This record gives sequence, structure tokens and C-alpha cells, in this order.
Amino acid sequence: MARLTINGTSRDVEVDPDTPLLWVIREQIGLTGTKYGCGVAACGACTVHIDGVATRSCVLPVSAVEPDQQITTIEGLSPDSSHPVQQAWLALDVPQCGYCQAGMIMAAASLLMQNPNPADEDINAEITNICRCGTYNRVRAAIKLAANGGEATQRG
Amino acid sequence: MNAIISISRRSFIIGVASTAGGLSLGFNVPFIEPALAEGAVSAPEINAWVVIRPDDTVVIRIARSEMGQGTLTGLAQLVAEELNCDWSKVTTEYPSPAENLARDRVWGNFSTGGSRGIRESHEYVRLGGATAREMLIAAAAAEWGVPASECIARMGMVTHAASDRATFYGQLAAAAARMTPPANVTLKDPKDWTIAGKPLPRLDTADKLNGSQVYGVDLKLPNMLNAAIRACPYFGGKVESFDAAAVAEMPGVRTVVQVDETAVAVVADTWWRAKTALDALPVVWDEGPNRQVSSASIAAMLEEGLGANDAFIGAEQGDAGAAVSAAGRPVTATYAFPYQNHATMEPMNATALYTPGRCEVWVPTQNGEASLAAAAEAAGLPVQQCEVHKIHLGGGFGRRGNFQDYVRQAVSIAKQVPGAPVKLIWSREEDMLHGAYHPTTRCRLTGALDADGNLTALHMRISGQSILAAVRPEGMQGGMDPIVFQGLVLAGTEGTLGYTVDNLLVDHAMRNPPIPPGFWRGVNLNQNAVYMECFMDELAHAAGVDPLAFRRKLMANNPKHLAVLEAVAERIGWDTPPAAGIHRGLAQIMGFGSYVAAAAEVSVTDGQLKIHRIIAATDPGHVVNPAQVERQVEGSFVYGLSACLYGECTVNGGRMEQENFDSYEVVRMADMPAVETITMPSGGFWGGVGEPTIAVAAPAVLNAIFAATGKRIRTLPLKNHDLA
Repeated sequence: MARLTINGTSRDVEVDPDTPLLWVIREQIGLTGTKYGCGVAACGACTVHIDGVATRSCVLPVSAVEPDQQITTIEGLSPDSSHPVQQAWLALDVPQCGYCQAGMIMAAASLLMQNPNPADEDINAEITNICRCGTYNRVRAAIKLAANGGEATQRG
Repeated sequence: MNAIISISRRSFIIGVASTAGGLSLGFNVPFIEPALAEGAVSAPEINAWVVIRPDDTVVIRIARSEMGQGTLTGLAQLVAEELNCDWSKVTTEYPSPAENLARDRVWGNFSTGGSRGIRESHEYVRLGGATAREMLIAAAAAEWGVPASECIARMGMVTHAASDRATFYGQLAAAAARMTPPANVTLKDPKDWTIAGKPLPRLDTADKLNGSQVYGVDLKLPNMLNAAIRACPYFGGKVESFDAAAVAEMPGVRTVVQVDETAVAVVADTWWRAKTALDALPVVWDEGPNRQVSSASIAAMLEEGLGANDAFIGAEQGDAGAAVSAAGRPVTATYAFPYQNHATMEPMNATALYTPGRCEVWVPTQNGEASLAAAAEAAGLPVQQCEVHKIHLGGGFGRRGNFQDYVRQAVSIAKQVPGAPVKLIWSREEDMLHGAYHPTTRCRLTGALDADGNLTALHMRISGQSILAAVRPEGMQGGMDPIVFQGLVLAGTEGTLGYTVDNLLVDHAMRNPPIPPGFWRGVNLNQNAVYMECFMDELAHAAGVDPLAFRRKLMANNPKHLAVLEAVAERIGWDTPPAAGIHRGLAQIMGFGSYVAAAAEVSVTDGQLKIHRIIAATDPGHVVNPAQVERQVEGSFVYGLSACLYGECTVNGGRMEQENFDSYEVVRMADMPAVETITMPSGGFWGGVGEPTIAVAAPAVLNAIFAATGKRIRTLPLKNHDLA
């Protein structure tokens, strides 16, 4: 049994304490926007926020999360895709297959909370998620667009 | 071209909301009673490609699969262009593979690979849109009692100016569906396009921003079970035994089953519990006949082929052997390209429901019809008793087309728990160990230069693995695998060599290690471009000639190849010196029907490579969505550069050594250069864009590295080399 606060709602789940948070979110809570990509925290597809900090949930046992810690998934980032990062992603039509994009968006949103105006080097250091379709340059442009409050300096 | 035939008067598509999680899927129900189907839908189809609802929503059917490449949007643009509908009202749906079969393959080929999604179906999908438009006009004309020739269809509306009447498509759809399709329609000239050819946003973006896009791994069905699988990691090996009792009492476990001869699976209530039990399951493998196979033994096998006499000829002109022998100063070099895994972000998966007499599969697939065939075979049922529901792919890159191993496995498991849907998800480790790997080849090139530095002879000997021999033997030509020679042949429209060499021989000594090969985005164009374009640089260097000037002299007969090369050279400023510390490289090739070139700028500082920017030029003949072409080019460079910088699956003891992204590194944000795309369609042909530019990324970078360091990197990946 674990008590979790996910997207602002407290939830009790029957689950083995060793279960990674990712699989609790996907299988017990039923929110499937957060993705499994590697299971070893190498790709970032499973990125969620815990108290605002981007966290790879595939290696984090659910027992390590306190009941009052705020877990935010892609479904809870905004009620209507209105978060500046989501809006920037829409404006630049960033996703291709889209599978990694929830993790990318969550990592980007966390970065912008810590660093509202990241330089290229900051983006390189903080956004280490894998995208096999190759959206990196658009991800970078969208982060900058979101940092500028939606004012695009250039498209793409 | 596929004729548009067997036009049904009703749509079989109904909406079904599943009980779990509020997930809504478009289910196709081809076997449902017609009366029920008619009652269940509110909109008739005009023809197989177009359904128009009373609210004017235009549903365009898409037969090819969307895996990120944007085909869904591009194909919809082509239909909408001819339909003259309101683009803001367009939505899409996949027809099902079983329905395609039941309707005499009215939607043609479902296969989505080889960059063929648009270039092979543009004509019949446009005819679908144009035919529907004419039927809508005919319906309005009949209702108004005016000649159809006086009516105009535009922006989702038919108007008759003389009588000042106008009606939206939604009001005409039911009557239009009853009209006789016109025998002949004329397609628009691409220069008149207003929807196609435009950089429209993708239709599938919104759901990918908030977690609502459903991938195969996300599927939820009532009473669904989950399965984790482990197949014998040794190629050619199988299951000897396993101790199901050891894990039978673990939490959530329902059953442990053998899957074919090669794998075991645990079925549980959740995937994590299935995987946990699988990790604890004692399994003894019959390791099979390949325990002695290693990367070293494969290298030796291919090395032997470089000098062997048995070779298939892909291109021949003059007498290269004699000319090389007679040459005063032949130049020779040997290159090698390793195995690569597709490593799609979404691991292989499929969900199957088996009940006696029926089997349904939900699967992200590049080829719904291949999935259907695999499901029927694994279920032991006639194909008419099976159905496949296609789901958007979390990456494909060739892994999810020909190879339907995950479908067969899912059905095999589902047969052992009949009545319950079972979702099979591979772990990343399973995905890495059971790939359909980019084949490994080596290449020895020998060129002869005359006293003036002109290339007079070239022999290119490829040694290594054939994809077709393993996966599509019916495509072999007298024992030869023609696609080994992608981009190197002298005739055809798919990919010809851009150079004229008086004495030329390109041949292939087929050497097939016991590692399963597959079509990997770009396929054989990838290594062929490295071999040919890096060696062209070597020849230019040996001749003491600028690499662009050296190529130009050989390309007079191939103006389209040359045009893309000139375009990237001009954009990068080839004729002016680069900034201090920056070095440049070029490459060009033709593949998948398109002409492509790249120019790269790199620096190497203390052995550290930085790729600053790459210019890419593509001439695909026609462009359906220039914004999507840009994305494909940028994305293809990530795939090509991943292979160039890091990608390598090594074999040891008869199995792959890399099991996850911690040992199979790929390009990430920090590696990514700026990419500038030049799209220069010259018209008159239709080429693909998903793959060709992958091939020019690596050789352009490798040639730039030579310019920077004087080092020729002839074996990939770069991570194995010291650039200091």
C-alpha cells in the first residue's frame, strides 16, 4: 500500500513497495502518458516532476516517494495543454512519433522552472532525453520559445 | 496504379469506447451485419478514401502507417487537395487490414517503408479525392436540376453561381455516396495546389503534447492481462527447459508459457509483475549452433569476401580490373560498417485476443497486412477470422514492417489464455537482443588516376550480408540481392550512381553471418554512401584536387546529382575559407528516388569532435509538405549520426553484447549540429524523403574530420577511434 499525490490528487494504491514509480503511474493509476523506454534511467521517456524537479521514474521505487510529495505527470502539467512549454511545442510542431515527447516536455518544463532563460549549454546539459526520430533542434527551439514567453525569434 | 473499385455505400467504422480508462478507439467491424453498421454510423463514405459527416467533418482514410514521418498529414493533404474541402475540417482514420482484404484491397498497399508512403500512393489517393469531389458536384447538380459543369466545388462547398445557390459538403454527402463514380477525372497540376505542397502543421500533434496519444504499450482493454517475454539470447538457440513452478506463486502471476520453440513468457495482472516474475524464472537455454560466432569471426568471414572470386555484379562499365592493374598509381582503401539496432523508443509490443474461431490484434505496425498474415498464421485460423487494429507507432525505422515476431508471440501467448486480451511488451533488453539488425558489410575500393588526376577506373567490392536473402528471398534475382547496390547502379529510378567512370565494377561477395538482418532506416544506402563518398574524397586527395572539383568532373552526365551537391557547397560557402578551426566535408548520393547531398562543418579540439552544422539538400521531384520534409531531413541526420558516432552492436558467444541505451549510445541534444535544409524539387518524378539524407550525414562528417585531422576513419563508429 502506498499513498501518492499525483497531479494534485491523493491516491492510495495497492502495490509492492519495490515497484518503480513509472509502473505505478502507468498500471495502478492508469496514466499512460509517461512512457517506458529503457528501465535504467538512460533515455528519459519516463520523466515526471517530483516537487517540480524532473525525475526519471523508471528506477525510482514507489516506496521512496513520500505521500505529500507532489508528483506531476504530463497529464497534469496543465489542464488543457496551455503550459508554455506545451504551447511552444504546438507552435513549432515539435513531435514526430511523439513517444519520447512527454518526457522531453516534462524535462523542459522543469529546466525552465530552475532556469527561466537557459543558454544552449544549459539545454545540452539538462535535456539528455533520447529521441530517435531526431526532434532535438525543434526541442531546443521550443524551449527557447517558451522561455521568451511565446515570442518566437525564429521558426524551427 | 490501383483502381478504385468495390466502392461500398456505407462506412463500417463505428466508435467504441472501451471501459478501461475512458480510452476511445476507432474499431473497424468488417463482419458486422450491414443493417447494424448502417444504423451505427451517421455518415456514409463517398468512396473508400473519403467520409463526410453531416457537420462537414471530412474523414480521410489513410492506409499507410504513421510512425512520426508525417505521412498521415501528407496523404491527407493530397486527398484534401483534390477534394477541394476545408482543411480545418479534416480528420483521419486507418482502415483495417482485414477490411482491405474483404474489399479487394481497395486501399492498396499498407506497407510503410522504403520511403514509399507518399511516392507510391500519391496518384490513387488523389484520384480518391478527385472522384469524391465530382460525386459531390453531381449530387448538388442533380438536386438543383442544373448541369454539373456549371457547379464549382471549393472549400467544402458546391456552388452554382447562375442560380446563386450553395451547399456544404456535409449536406451533400448522403446523395453523393449514391452517385456513380466518374470514369475519368483529371488530377490537378502540382503548380495549382493550395493544400498539398504547403507547410501545413501535422494533424497528429495535439495528442502528443498531453499524454493522450495512445501507443501500443498504452492500450487498455477489459480484462486485459500483461505479458513479459524472454527469447533465447543466442542466435539460433531455443528453450531447453524452464521451471514455471518457481514463480507461479509470485504476486499477480497467472501463468508461465512457452512461446514457440524460442521463448518463455510470464502472464500476469500487470506488466511489472510479469517482468519481475520473468526475471526470477529459471530458464535453461539450448544455446544452438552459433556459440562460436563473434564480431571477430564475422569480420574474418567478410574480409575473405573482399578478395573472393564469387561476386554478383551490380554495376559494370568498361574493364575496371584491367584498368586498375594497368594503373600507375592505384589508390585503395577498406571500409567497414557494423550491426545497428533500430532502437525505436517504443519497444516491440502487441496485444492479442484469441477466442476459438477468432483472433484480434492491436499493434503498432508498419505493415498492417503483414501483421494480419502473422496473426492468422500464429492463430492457426483463416485470415478472414482475424483482425488487426493499427495503432500509431512509437518509432518504426524498418523494425515493424517485415518483421512481425512480436505479433506471432502475442498471439501464441493469447492462445494459451483464450478469452483474455494479453498485452505483450518487450523490455528494452529484449528489444536490443532480438533486433532485425542493420546488416554488416565491408568494402574494398580501388581506383586508378591518370597523370592529370582523372579517375579512370574504380572497383568497389562489397562483402557481407544480404537482407533479402534472409527476409525476402523472393526478391532475389538469380541469387543476387539487388538492394545491396542501393545508390550504386547505372540504371533505374530508385538510386543511380552519380559518377561516370569509364571503367567501373561494383560487385558483392555475399557473406551471411547467422545474425538476423533487417531494413534499417536508409538500409544499404547508409554504408554505400560512406564507402563511395569517403573514397571519392580519398581519390581527390590523392589527385591533389579539391573534393568538389574532383566530383564535378565525374558528374557531367548526372545534373540532378550535381545540382544538390552544388547547392550545399554554395550554401556552406565552399569557395571561401571556413572560420579558424572549422573544417568542411561533402557527400552526395541518390536513393529512394531522391537526390541528396550534405555539407558539414566540424572542429576537432584535443580529439573532441564537434559538428557545428550540416547543410542538406534534397531533390525529391515533388514536395507534399515542405515543413515535414525539413523535419525528416533533420531527424534522419540524428539517425545517421547516431550510427556514425556511436552505433555498434557487437557479437560475442553467439549473442549481442549491447542490452540497453547505457551500452548502445545514440545522438542526444548535445551532439546535435544545426541543420539547414534545402528542398529543391525539380518536378517530373516522385522521390522519398524519410530515408535518403541519412546516408549523406556520416560521409560528410567523416570527410570533414579528415580535413580537420588528416585521419581517414574507415570503420564505424567513431567512438572506437582516437581523433587526437
